[in-house]
Amino acid sequence: MNVRLYLWQRLTAVLMLPLILIHLAVIFYATSKGLKAADILARTRGSIAWASFYGVFVTAAAIHSVIGIRNILIEWSSLSKRGAGLLAIGLGITLLILGVRAVAAVVLP
Amino acid sequence: MLDPQSELSVTLWRGAEDGAYQTYQVPIRENQTILDVVSWVQRNLDPTLSYRFACRVGMCGSCAMTVNGRPRWTCRTHVSKVANDGRLEIGPLENLPIIKDLAADMRSFFEKWQQAKGVFTPSRTRDDTIEAIKPDTPARVAVDEAIECINCGVCYAACDTVRWNPDYLGPAALNRAWSLVNDVRDAGNVERLEAIAADGGCHACHSHQSCEQFCPQTLNPTASISGLKRRATQAYLQGEIKP
Repeated sequence: MNVRLYLWQRLTAVLMLPLILIHLAVIFYATSKGLKAADILARTRGSIAWASFYGVFVTAAAIHSVIGIRNILIEWSSLSKRGAGLLAIGLGITLLILGVRAVAAVVLP
Repeated sequence: MLDPQSELSVTLWRGAEDGAYQTYQVPIRENQTILDVVSWVQRNLDPTLSYRFACRVGMCGSCAMTVNGRPRWTCRTHVSKVANDGRLEIGPLENLPIIKDLAADMRSFFEKWQQAKGVFTPSRTRDDTIEAIKPDTPARVAVDEAIECINCGVCYAACDTVRWNPDYLGPAALNRAWSLVNDVRDAGNVERLEAIAADGGCHACHSHQSCEQFCPQTLNPTASISGLKRRATQAYLQGEIKP
């Protein structure tokens, strides 16, 4: 890990901290109010606010995790530093695609 | 048969990487150190036993070995404090190649001091006046807390990150860099911060604090590395370094 990756990982962690708390609060709210899928989709579809919130969340999660995974691969696998970096980037792109797909599914009208 | 009242069962690593442990019986003496035990074997049982020591009083940092699984300075480690039911297992320092028996190859340890720019870079010449350093400034206090390292390699052998990442500079080299980063007389901080902010530098530390736990000089390299992380991050954000 170098200073650039260190900084990106810390910045995305700081960014995600309030997002995680809001995400958890939303889950508790939705379950305690007994919201059905249709009720949730009615609130999220076409909402720029929810699209931005979860768009930023999944992007930050992909960046944050990919740096950590690269570190784990360098330290715990027999991959070279370059191999570990490429594999981590591949996993990060996959995570990002899955995340953006999930966000699109609930916010696109 | 081992008489636990008068004899120790001492298992020593013999050979290079492909060597094996071999057991010896050593008489118990009062105030006996681990180095005394190793020297007794070498002088009385097997003169081919290789190990390293110089000062015998905890100053030179030559005699560190792995004792019952932990890295220790053997000249200042009493047998009575570490023997397990009269048994000792003594090997070379971990995380370093073995030359022979109890002597580890320290080259990578010292090469990383060079990589971390652990050499003082003077900002004045011999013709200038001597710079007065006030001992109570925060920078000098930070230097004083880090400066008593004896280069024994105990922290390097104890460090998980060194074990997992061969590029990691290690606690001793980074602690040395921290003492120079805080030295107001030093002029080499841009190169030093660039060196320690790169891959394998201070940001690779996981703060497990094994270095602090085992340092025979009771230094805290983890705290020094935390300081380096802050300083290097500031320098990077301000565009002073380009790692």
